[in-house]
Amino acid sequence: MRNAFAAKLTELASNDDSIMLFYADIGNRLFNNLKEVAPTRTINAGIAEANMASMASGAAMMGHKPFIYTITPFTTARNFEQIKIDIAYQNQPVIIVGTGSGLSYANLGPTHHSFEDIALMRALPNMNIVCPADADELAILMPQLIALNAPCYFRIGKKNEPKVHSTLPALKFGQAYVMNPGKSVAILANGTIMPVAQQLHQELLQHGIEAELVSFHTVKPLDSTYLSNAASRFEHLITLEEHNVNGGFGSAVLEYYNEQCMAVNVHRFGIPDRFIDQVSSQHTARIKAGLDIDTIVNTLKSRQVL
Amino acid sequence: MVELEKISANIRYTLCDVSSKTSTPHLGSCLSCTDILSTLYWQVLNVEPQQPKSKDRDYFLLGKGHAASALYTTLAYRGYFPIEDLYQHGSDGSQFEEHPGIHAPAGVETVSGSLGHALSLASGMALSAKVQGLSNRFYVLMGDGEINEGTVWEAAMFAPAKQLNNLVAIVDFNKLQGTGESCEIMHLEPLDEKWRAFGWHTIRVNGHDHQALIEAFDAAQVQQQPVCIIADTIKGKGISFMENDNNWHYRIPTVDEVMMAKEELGLK
Repeated sequence: MRNAFAAKLTELASNDDSIMLFYADIGNRLFNNLKEVAPTRTINAGIAEANMASMASGAAMMGHKPFIYTITPFTTARNFEQIKIDIAYQNQPVIIVGTGSGLSYANLGPTHHSFEDIALMRALPNMNIVCPADADELAILMPQLIALNAPCYFRIGKKNEPKVHSTLPALKFGQAYVMNPGKSVAILANGTIMPVAQQLHQELLQHGIEAELVSFHTVKPLDSTYLSNAASRFEHLITLEEHNVNGGFGSAVLEYYNEQCMAVNVHRFGIPDRFIDQVSSQHTARIKAGLDIDTIVNTLKSRQVL
Repeated sequence: MVELEKISANIRYTLCDVSSKTSTPHLGSCLSCTDILSTLYWQVLNVEPQQPKSKDRDYFLLGKGHAASALYTTLAYRGYFPIEDLYQHGSDGSQFEEHPGIHAPAGVETVSGSLGHALSLASGMALSAKVQGLSNRFYVLMGDGEINEGTVWEAAMFAPAKQLNNLVAIVDFNKLQGTGESCEIMHLEPLDEKWRAFGWHTIRVNGHDHQALIEAFDAAQVQQQPVCIIADTIKGKGISFMENDNNWHYRIPTVDEVMMAKEELGLK
């Protein structure tokens, strides 16, 4: 997904002189093509993410449309106060890109994991949050984020994420995208966990349940139209995300229904409230976190969804 | 310089009066940077109070946001808005918040209050201006307490790497921060050597000597690298019973103390 990000940014920056990238000394050669087309607008800000966030805001105040880019915890938690004051409060159109989000860098340990980033960004007024599921979703949503001209958090994966759409989807910022229409149960997946959601969709089919599968890429603003309709269309909603089960996408869904006084069965799947360490891969980390198909299916069985 | 001294004296008196009438703290912090601000706004910055958003203006960013009152008062005397408006300080719905917010009056460029943001913001602005071929210049005033913040040193390493010679940092080095002596709390000295070693063209001056400040700002115009002016100052400067007394970081003067200050400032 990071290669898709670099490629799309190169394409967009070659047509728009206001686009600028600040990156915190990662992505060796990743931005070589961007440097070719926008040498003065491709800025290695050094391993200084807090300064990078504020600088991007300053550049936005002077008319640039900056991106800041590094591994997720360092571009969300490390520099959170700079994002709060200089980007969110001052409402500057900076796109904060967290690469390798969730458990993408599982084997690098908790320093490189991010299960709290959506929670942090959700708590900031003015902030938009978008989590593409694969490289196609990333490339379709990116120009829409630039057009927002507002603070935005773009939570992306690492590399070689499975392609989740057979044809290019007509995604729109802020709108849930129905991949497979269904009934009685809806699977709402946020971001790179989508392949697990697709597995779950198949599993439900084997149990005779034709579930609706949805790419819920935008966490903020939440698609209230979809959710409002979903409350009456489905008996069960299942949310999936590679983020702490508390404070992220599933929580946002629950909070929406609570505010609307709607009673809906929402089953949230995410990372439990503990650190995940001593793992060799994203696959084993998901198993350790209970975010694998077997654990999800067993939980749903215990709750009589299946 | 007589004029700048007179302006500074008036600003100092209004700072005391506003502080007394509106219970605005941080008087000592405001008084230490008054001469720097008057020099900037009357002798250095390319600004037009009637057109505060003019595209070719120079930008002044206040890093030490708790000295907001010093900036507001300077802007009022410079003609951005009426001096009487200052007495709305801190009231409900006021533009004059204790730390400048997004509703701050004309002339205030950025939000301030959390320390260590302004040099980074200005570095991004200066970089953006260079990329666009713009001639604006960017000035940042920081406190010596503020430079405890690590982000200041992130920006201090970045700006010289990009030869941001449209950027001028000023450290209001009054030697006292919130609760103690700056050079005991952190190892600051030799502060000018520190900035020089980071790649800044560094000038150390008496921060209450208008002529010395003007010469430093003039010298800053012609450098190939960003410039740092270390301004040695006195917290509470100009009012004998406030000078170097750190109680005035938070204390509010009584009406009698305001009258004593006015007399000491040579105002009638």
